Amino acid sequence: MKYDLPTKEGYYGEFGGKFVPEILIPVLEELEEAFNDAWNDESFQREYRHLLNEYVGRPTKLTYANRLTDHYGKAKIYLKREDLCHTGAHKINNAIGQILLARRMGKDRIIAETGAGQHGVATATACAKFGVDCIVYMGAEDMERQRLNVERMRLLGTEVRPVTSGSQTLKDATNEAIRDWVTNVEDTFYIIGSVVGPHPYPKMVRNFHRVIGDETRKQLVEAEGRETPDYLLACVGGGSNAIGIFYPFIEDESVQMYGLEAAGLGAETDKTAATLSIGQPGVLHGSMSYLLHNSEGQIQLAHSISAGLDYPGIGPEHSYLHKTKRVNYKAITDDQAMEGVKLLSETEGIIPALETAHAIAYLDELMPKTSKDEIVVLNCSGRGDKDMGTISKNIEH
Amino acid sequence: MIETENRIAQLFERHDGSEKIMSLFLTAGYPDPQATVDLILGFEENGVDLVELGMPFSDPLADGPTIQYSSNVAIEQGITMKKILQIVEQVREKSQIPIILMGYINPVLRYGVEAFCEDACNVGVDGLIIPDIPIEESGILKKEADKHGLAIIYLVAPNTSDERMSKIDEQSEGFVYCVSVTGVTGAREGDEVAKSVQRFIDRVKKNVTRNPKMVGFGIKSHEDAQRIAADMDGFIVGSALIDTIRKHYPEEGWKDEVFAFVRRLKYGKQ
Repeated sequence: MKYDLPTKEGYYGEFGGKFVPEILIPVLEELEEAFNDAWNDESFQREYRHLLNEYVGRPTKLTYANRLTDHYGKAKIYLKREDLCHTGAHKINNAIGQILLARRMGKDRIIAETGAGQHGVATATACAKFGVDCIVYMGAEDMERQRLNVERMRLLGTEVRPVTSGSQTLKDATNEAIRDWVTNVEDTFYIIGSVVGPHPYPKMVRNFHRVIGDETRKQLVEAEGRETPDYLLACVGGGSNAIGIFYPFIEDESVQMYGLEAAGLGAETDKTAATLSIGQPGVLHGSMSYLLHNSEGQIQLAHSISAGLDYPGIGPEHSYLHKTKRVNYKAITDDQAMEGVKLLSETEGIIPALETAHAIAYLDELMPKTSKDEIVVLNCSGRGDKDMGTISKNIEH
Repeated sequence: MIETENRIAQLFERHDGSEKIMSLFLTAGYPDPQATVDLILGFEENGVDLVELGMPFSDPLADGPTIQYSSNVAIEQGITMKKILQIVEQVREKSQIPIILMGYINPVLRYGVEAFCEDACNVGVDGLIIPDIPIEESGILKKEADKHGLAIIYLVAPNTSDERMSKIDEQSEGFVYCVSVTGVTGAREGDEVAKSVQRFIDRVKKNVTRNPKMVGFGIKSHEDAQRIAADMDGFIVGSALIDTIRKHYPEEGWKDEVFAFVRRLKYGKQ
């Protein structure tokens, strides 16, 4: 099965596109041309790879989780260690890629949105590294929940602008970043933090994260003498870490993929972020994708214990992979995620991010169906230090 | 579609250029649905030529604080697409003023494009302005809008190339909405718009030749409008109107204050 999406128009099946005000069309066209040009330019690739290796710390390890494997007594479990990236999560792969592109395009003012603060920190880090001005929009409520990340960004020289409109969370921070962007189109580069937004963002962010899957492939050969696992697991909010590890394996039909979204208090409740499980297609932040919205098309507030999954939309490519059933998307509750945090901490000595914990929690369901000669790779997308406040409030010892 | 029956087309056909056509944007359901009906009916008596009725959306990413506010109020008070269409229906019992529905695509998609265009046509809507549908994405709307005689009005912006302006002019029906400045909706300080707008207006004149041209974004007074729209067929005011409503509502006689503002916008200080 050949997979070469998106189309020229930025579509993944019926999902994607460029649903943006006229002002942004020339900007997106310029961006697309610059990205395609850079992506195929050896010197750009060289600089990007060099920074990933020397600054981010790639390649990240593929760690055999022997005690976690023993815990289930079934397939072998490997962890792709994105938690070991500089700044503590995969997000920096994309921030570095986009800032190189911004410089190439001569844009010297960077803006970004952030929910949990991980993308904000990654962007602030990249901007500090390059000495570029950076403004991060963050919901006032999220700033309260993620104070440590706010302090990190400020220390890195970034201006964190509180967003008090709407629900004061990630979707509103994104609205505000887009408003800044349409006002300052000439000199401003908007570094989107996930595989969402108008074309070419979903494709661009995916390509900057595909290094996760590409490395996994090589590392599996070294570890197991085979290129593909039987199962791939990743958590999904907007979906950047998941697409990063899935994308290089999409054409390998033997690889079963699982995207784990946040059910919050339960996909059947109104405190959920399970976009694919219960959402309907619609348009938010520039692309057609599954969304949480009411019968009037008003966007609903998402809920998850993990701020990074607390988003009422999802990347258009995931909507496509869901609709075509290439990837199985399942919803994991807050409580299950907390169990996942404990399990990985106790068996492997790795405290995962709450986002990542959603993928770990699904092992309870998946592992009994696997056999000993099979291989599971789980994308350990981030480390849990940032979540210690939430974790200590919710954990039952 | 019989184009001559469309009220927008008729308006511009009748227009002799002696004064500028004035279009006002107001948010459906702000401050409440009945007030929206009363305002539109009053507008017609106070020199308004065209009404853009905003369909509120929870995430209006091209709008400034004023329209975000009015949209939130309307949504919190339970505005729905059905109620918006009922507002138009009520206006149509007494008035033939051209009405355009303006808003983001998601509520329209959720209602169903086909049902929406049919129902909008039946209550007497004349056109649609959907800012997050650029010409590239027009496919999801065009067929049904055409079938029901709804004009789709596209926007051009200061950074739209000459070539693209002509393309937009070809696809637009009714008029072309010329966004005078980059940025979100909302009144601008001082002469901010007037200073930078002339080069854009000159390009619009050169490239938009098929449709009438209406200029909007940042206009807050008669003087602004006369300057900025000097070479246009007319002008559009939204945020400044909503700010005026917000200033006077719900004190007694608030509508008269709004109508006085509207007359000043059109005719200047009298």
